Amino acid sequence: MQDEPTPIELTKAVADFLRNDITPLISGHQAFKLRVAVNILDLVTRQLTREQGSDAKEVERLRALLGADGSVGDLNRALAERIAKGDVDLTTPGLAEHLWQTTMDKLAVDQPNYASYKRELSRGG
Amino acid sequence: MIEAELSRSVARWCPGATGATGAAKLSGGASQETWRFDILHPDGPIGAILRRSPKGYGAAPTRAAGLAAEAQLMQLTYEAGVPSPRVMHVLVPEDELGTGFIMQRVEGETIARKILRDEEFAAARPRLARQIGGVLAGLHRLPQDKLPELRSRSATQEISEFERDYRSLNWPKPVFELALRWLRDHDPGPSDEETLVHGDFRNGNMIIGPDGIRAVLDWELAHLGDPMEDLGWVCVNSWRFGEIDKPAGGFGSREELFAGYEAAGRKCDPARVKFWEVMGSLRWGIMCGGMMQRFREGPDHSMERAMIGRRASETEIDLLRLLAPRGS
Repeated sequence: MQDEPTPIELTKAVADFLRNDITPLISGHQAFKLRVAVNILDLVTRQLTREQGSDAKEVERLRALLGADGSVGDLNRALAERIAKGDVDLTTPGLAEHLWQTTMDKLAVDQPNYASYKRELSRGG
Repeated sequence: MIEAELSRSVARWCPGATGATGAAKLSGGASQETWRFDILHPDGPIGAILRRSPKGYGAAPTRAAGLAAEAQLMQLTYEAGVPSPRVMHVLVPEDELGTGFIMQRVEGETIARKILRDEEFAAARPRLARQIGGVLAGLHRLPQDKLPELRSRSATQEISEFERDYRSLNWPKPVFELALRWLRDHDPGPSDEETLVHGDFRNGNMIIGPDGIRAVLDWELAHLGDPMEDLGWVCVNSWRFGEIDKPAGGFGSREELFAGYEAAGRKCDPARVKFWEVMGSLRWGIMCGGMMQRFREGPDHSMERAMIGRRASETEIDLLRLLAPRGS
């Protein structure tokens, strides 16, 4: 077991420092790059916070859909192959719900301000 | 300095020109650059844009039409009375500027978010969806016998090409697989007519002023194909920049877009447009994957490039909204 503060806390501290203390000092193209950098650290913080939980649920859904076990990467590869072959499609019970939930979990990390995501979130997740 | 070459060049083809000044690079990709500069002239400075591949750069990517074709298309568009910069000069070896062309500079805004939000464009915005339709109809009607040589692409070929691009990324994405299946199942077959297709006509690739569309830019992906491709691409959610209830570039409805197109004397096929919108969403998603790969393996190890890789999920939610919409 590693010591604390956790990676989430450390990353957040760096992001806050750059955002609050450095942003006012920088202008022009470097300011744009700094904003990208802060966005990256925020994304990493969101992923570290959510990934374990969302991956576990994704694996659970994938096991039920595929009747097979494996890592989240293996199971995604297997699902992709079955959709490509036509063995699984939108009439397959659970597929649409699974893809929606998985995609919503990704947007929550990648782009929580994306308008389509916010719209779907307002429908109840 | 590039101004020395530009000064020598303009003196050769622009009567009265005494030099070039104020050269500034606007953008530089892997193989192409865009510069702005002013031609010095006794009647007053003339705003100009240089678009070029510098000498020694490799060949353009295979999908690109090439700078010579871009210049020809832009000039044809201008001559047809469709908003476009006028091409002033196609580079020749004596210019020592590489390959490319010089065009008249059109003032206005290209940044999509500004066009969608700034007060300056408030009066133009409600008219833009319809205007886009009219402009596309004008492009699709350009005389075929005057077009440069362009690749021809059917829907079926495009699906195969995108599938190959996607598989080469080794990036298993169930939503993309679903979209590929849907595209194969809904492939509308060859279009009744093959026309010029701009290939990247969207909010962000036009110059807009308070009076509306002033110029169509970026012919890099021009080809021959189904004219409905351009109407579908302009509706892709990524190019609505948050205005998700206004499919036509974030400006207005599909109905307004189609009305503008049909008022200019051409017919729309909404089912084909939807097909190309799905194709376009997938295309942008795969391009995001390509950015990730270039970040990981290639010469561009920038943070921006990396973050575009993380935008593929935006196209996944948009594809789901198109293909498996949840109860509204």
